[in-house]
Amino acid sequence: MSYEIIGITVLWIFLYGYLIIASIDFGAGFFAYYARVTNQDHLINKLISRYLSPVWEVTNVFFVFFFVGLVGFFPETAYYYGTALLVPGSIAIVFLAIRGSFYAFENYGSKKSNLYMFLYGTTGLLIPAALSTALTISEGGFIEERNGKVYLLSKKLLLSPYSWSVVFLAIVSVLFISATFLTFYSSRAQDKQALRLLRTYALFWSVPTIIASLITFITLSQHNPRHFNNMIDLWWMFGLSIVMFLISMFLIYNKKYYGIAFIFVMLQFFFAFFGYGKAHLPYLLDPYITIYEGVTHESMAKALIVAFIGGLCLLIPSLILLLRTFLFDADYVRGKK
Amino acid sequence: MPELDTVLVSRLLTAMTLAFHIIYATIGVGVPLFICIAEWLGIKKNDIEYRLLARRWARGYVITVAVGVVTGTAIGLQLSLLWPSFMKLAGNVISLPLFMETFAFFFEAIFLGIYLYTWDRFKNPYIHWFFSIPVVIGAAFSAVFITSVNAFMNTPQGFTLIGDTITAIDPLKAMFNPATPTKVFHVLSSAYMASGAILAMIAAYVILRKGKNAHRYHKKALKLTVIGTFIFAIMTAIAGDLSAKFLAKYQPEKLAAAEWHFETEEAADLILFGRLGEDNVVENAIKIPKALSFLAFGDFNAEVTGLDKFPEDEIPPLWVHYMFDLMVILGLFAIVITFIYLLMLMRKRWNPYNKLLLILLIANGPLALLAIEFGWIYAEVGRQPWILRGFLKVQDAATTSSQVNNMFVLFFMLYVVLGTLTVIILRRMFRSLPVEQELEERYDIHSMEGR
Repeated sequence: MSYEIIGITVLWIFLYGYLIIASIDFGAGFFAYYARVTNQDHLINKLISRYLSPVWEVTNVFFVFFFVGLVGFFPETAYYYGTALLVPGSIAIVFLAIRGSFYAFENYGSKKSNLYMFLYGTTGLLIPAALSTALTISEGGFIEERNGKVYLLSKKLLLSPYSWSVVFLAIVSVLFISATFLTFYSSRAQDKQALRLLRTYALFWSVPTIIASLITFITLSQHNPRHFNNMIDLWWMFGLSIVMFLISMFLIYNKKYYGIAFIFVMLQFFFAFFGYGKAHLPYLLDPYITIYEGVTHESMAKALIVAFIGGLCLLIPSLILLLRTFLFDADYVRGKK
Repeated sequence: MPELDTVLVSRLLTAMTLAFHIIYATIGVGVPLFICIAEWLGIKKNDIEYRLLARRWARGYVITVAVGVVTGTAIGLQLSLLWPSFMKLAGNVISLPLFMETFAFFFEAIFLGIYLYTWDRFKNPYIHWFFSIPVVIGAAFSAVFITSVNAFMNTPQGFTLIGDTITAIDPLKAMFNPATPTKVFHVLSSAYMASGAILAMIAAYVILRKGKNAHRYHKKALKLTVIGTFIFAIMTAIAGDLSAKFLAKYQPEKLAAAEWHFETEEAADLILFGRLGEDNVVENAIKIPKALSFLAFGDFNAEVTGLDKFPEDEIPPLWVHYMFDLMVILGLFAIVITFIYLLMLMRKRWNPYNKLLLILLIANGPLALLAIEFGWIYAEVGRQPWILRGFLKVQDAATTSSQVNNMFVLFFMLYVVLGTLTVIILRRMFRSLPVEQELEERYDIHSMEGR
């Protein structure tokens, strides 16, 4: 395998990791807020904070890892995306800042305030919306290079149906992934009231997820036919994604094996995300950067891959320890530790 | 010239983010070491007060880490958003330590999560203590990697630039450039020093306020942190000296600007403070004969390169002289104050808790952080006009986007909110559960005994 393929695969895996664990976090924020507004917070909020408190920092690192790795493997991206994304990128940082800091403040510092809950809930939906802009831009047509300068065509971006369908998809996916995970977590905690509520959330957000995916498919066919046709060639990946979705829904609907159901949700997004990504290649930014021209030099790519493998040897045992301590330790999950 | 404005605002925005982030980064690197030592002492001496110390420090530390994560993410993204041309070039050559920094932080974050939520979970207390070690190591290595990137900006190497094309990239050579060793040493030792000074400030404040009624918990805290501050202040001074020698050899214009050393000469004088008159005549300064030669080369008669060897448009702004002097003075202040306290502590008949000394120890906390701010201003402004010395100037590296001004306002507001909240939350957190009460509740011990 060539360096550029290894590089983009590693980065895509990390982005996928971020997609899953950040979705759990973002969606949980929204559910916590919604539960507060509808006076159901006593049912689920303790459960949510029990899971999220120890892991929220790790979530953020996945994201930092992705963009640092992207600039490392494909330095050209820094130039184009850096210039074009100044405003959406800065706004995303501010949202992440509000969320990350209020998170710690809330958990370690103060009583629950309504303003905080509101910010916590809404930023959970606004961050994915802001970040998904980067993927939209990567399809091309929203960046222009004139006289050696890079411009973002923000008006075009704001009026594009494709751009809005991606935002919609990002938000409903976040809620769906989060709800299915929390359903599993509450069943593990043997918290029946929370389980009942979260299971309805999971079922409720399942259909919009599929609708949003279809709309995105259709608008993409208008916006970038090349990418769309590549995706059609990979139809089996999207087919598998739907099969995974149906299995997970079947399990959750029949109140069985919530853990396995969540794994199928992860697989559903795995196939869709990698199908989308594979069809996107070779472009990192259509038409300016391809993975072949934009890749860093061989010596750097080698060094990064070695560092990556070394890092994984350190991180995987640590992550397993973290998960064993908080996610798979039944006593902790039930609140006995 | 609108373009210059974009460059200026990009610089100001980066400076603001860094100035804010460095406070949290310093605490983030330094405090885990003190938490680790306190818990170890507590277990070894079977002293619950040291363990509570570790526990309360850790609780406060989380707040600063949370903000540090956020501002760190901000600066990480801003590098690409504000300096796209620089990151395109740097990304090719120096992305290895940037990449490894995320690993180090990842490692730290995982174990910090475990450490914070497993206080009473293990029968053998050393298991919990053990989880603090990866936090200390992860935090230190984050600093090592990121500092090597900054070192690379000062003494870039490990690549060849022909026109716009970069070839012959050697990532390890770039990472271990000449500036890396002294810079890493200076950054780490000063982070430990400043963190010790901040923790000592808290203890000294409580002792000053409560006078004779102060719990011995606080006295233990003060002793531990002042000893740490003293040791690391000495090491910071050594690192500073090595950095000056590095500069004299590899980046002489930076040292010369800080010392207002205009003419290349042997047996050069060291200039402290003063001001620049017409034609760069130094007025009202304290001059120490031959000291600059000694500082730069360890030899009173060595030749020190002056600013006359550099073209005018490659000379850093001369006001960095004050930044350098202030940094050094504040560093010396930390050494002297902590030394006096330790001396008084060892003499049985002297009272190390006298008011004036406590006030000076309180002042030493913010002053140590100020010293770090001054040091970084000197390090960054002293590299001007270069962003990558000898290869890329700051003015050619900035974004061309016209929105930078608005982003500056946005981030300014963000930092004001974050800074204020940090202070409010930390105060509320520790006020709502005083030490005496926590000792009693957690360990079922009457706090009166401790007095």
